[in-house]
Amino acid sequence: MFISLFGAVESGFIYAIMALGVYLTFRVLDFPDLTVEGSFVTGASVAAFSIVQGIPPIVATVLALFAGFIAGCITGLLHTKGKINSLLSGILMMTALYSINLRIMDQPTLSLLNETTIFDQLKAAWANTGIDAALNGLLGAVGLEKFPATWSILIVMVIVAFIIKFLTDYYLKTEVGLATRAIGDNKKMIRSLSANTDNLIIVGVGISNSFVALAGALIAQLGGFSDVNMGLGLIVIGLASIIIGEALFGTKTVVRATLAVILGAVIYRIIVTLALRVDFLETGDMKLITAVIVVIALVTPKIVQGRREKMRRAQKRQQLKAGGEGRA
Amino acid sequence: MLKLKHISVTFNEGTPDEKKALKDIHLELEKGDFVTVIGSNGAGKSTLMNVISGALYPDVGDVLINGKQVVDLPEYKRSKYIGRVFQDPMAGTAPSMTIEENLAMAYSRNKKRRLTPGVTKQRREWFREQLKTLNLGLEDRLNAKVGLLSGGERQALSLLMSTFTTPDILLLDEHTAALDPSRAELITNLTKKVVEESELTTLMVTHNMQQALDLGNRLIMMDKGQIIFEAHGEDKQKLTIQDLMNEFQRIRGTQFGDDRAVLM
Ligand SMILES: Nc1ncnc2c1ncn2[C@@H]1O[C@H](COP(=O)(O)OP(=O)(O)O)[C@@H](O)[C@H]1O
Ligand SMILES: [Mg+2]
Repeated sequence: MFISLFGAVESGFIYAIMALGVYLTFRVLDFPDLTVEGSFVTGASVAAFSIVQGIPPIVATVLALFAGFIAGCITGLLHTKGKINSLLSGILMMTALYSINLRIMDQPTLSLLNETTIFDQLKAAWANTGIDAALNGLLGAVGLEKFPATWSILIVMVIVAFIIKFLTDYYLKTEVGLATRAIGDNKKMIRSLSANTDNLIIVGVGISNSFVALAGALIAQLGGFSDVNMGLGLIVIGLASIIIGEALFGTKTVVRATLAVILGAVIYRIIVTLALRVDFLETGDMKLITAVIVVIALVTPKIVQGRREKMRRAQKRQQLKAGGEGRA
Repeated sequence: MLKLKHISVTFNEGTPDEKKALKDIHLELEKGDFVTVIGSNGAGKSTLMNVISGALYPDVGDVLINGKQVVDLPEYKRSKYIGRVFQDPMAGTAPSMTIEENLAMAYSRNKKRRLTPGVTKQRREWFREQLKTLNLGLEDRLNAKVGLLSGGERQALSLLMSTFTTPDILLLDEHTAALDPSRAELITNLTKKVVEESELTTLMVTHNMQQALDLGNRLIMMDKGQIIFEAHGEDKQKLTIQDLMNEFQRIRGTQFGDDRAVLM
């Protein structure tokens, strides 16, 4: 139980990077970008292929990030210069990427089991720090018997996710970033304030997909393979993370919202892990569970609000009635 | 400062809905001119503003700013020279961003946007000073989201945002029309103050004839896509609402006659 939760949190922080990308398009740019389902796999494929070719894993991971950036920029171009509807631009790009990803890998699945990944290197470098022993000692002290194989991945992924969060926060507060945020908020206004909205959208969607591809590259190295279908349903997972995070932690400022997205992604992973422990649920049900989570998260606030409104009106009527009788 | 030559705009050309919104408009503004624009609904006033700002390209004609041809420049490039306030108080600000963030975006209007923080300590102080001139207490709410402000407050902020970088041209399109009378008066007074202090070259569309008479050194009246009446300086000072009504009646009458003549 603890080990599977540990694994959930570990991959949760990687998926958090993907969720930050989805946040940039869906929330900041108000651009429902489905490229994500393809660019995640592009990241995974580029990293896997490069590693198999003998390129150092860290370089392979950076290459994946750039590949995602280019894919996102093309989606942005389709939308702004090609005047294609935003949803359709993403779908077109996602579809095109499916073929491209197959070409990159030259097969539907590319295994990394016999390769040295970034995490293998990390674990090796970590081994003689003694941090694992210390942390496991703590776990032992609270009575746990099974310990995680390594803390390095969790700790480093937390750091990476937060570095990306801080970079995002910084970007969104720069002059360029403020104009980018205004696109999703009031496009007409920011154009009248001399911002080139087309370029900002192209770069914004590019950055978003570079995050997603980075997450894809890391997940591939964590799982030991890249698969052409591993992006399926990813957009809903990203949305679920954002919605859960926002509901629990709020969106008052950008700094808060990006933190919420990260935590939302981790909590989502935990929910899925717990759900899969329920006997009658299978791995294949995950997407259904995710969709249900999103639907619940979207619908509940409206129901709660509706209830409140009803109660408020009922109270008003009561008051009026009481007041009327009082006067009579 | 601003020169419009032979501007024509036709919507839905070649269809039964064809509408000639502007017909061969000529207009020249000197630096510091404050022109009020009146005219019935559908006269083409907003269309004229859109042609100047670049939100709309004319079928034919030239737009010159500071002697430079800008008719082919897209809106975002032209807005380096132009400040705008729209009729809808919601249109000129970003609701989910804070007051200081909105001001920072406007501050970058005539500069290249960079990857440096939009709100700095120094700028924040300056924003505070600027907000004080509005007398609305907004200087104490720099971190409030603009969506929380009232329509009047938002419009005052929009006005500040479009003027504090002293644009070459200020375009106001019925920017007090959506406000209640007291708020409208506040915005009118602010407009007057800022235009006079910064000597902004201004075009202000208004549906309020009294306002058109009280403000500015020039007045133009539009109808059916044309400028049908103009008054400058002293002539404008002497004008009354009755004069405007008479003028309108007179010109419209003759125009009507002309149309009929063509039809026959
Ligand atoms: N985008 C458009 N498409 C078609 N017709 C338009 C469009 N914009 C304005 N018009 C028409 O052009 C004429 C002038 O409109 P407008 O400039 O908004 O008038 P005003 O601001 O003086 O009330 C009106 O008849 C209007 O219906
Ligand atoms: Mg109008």
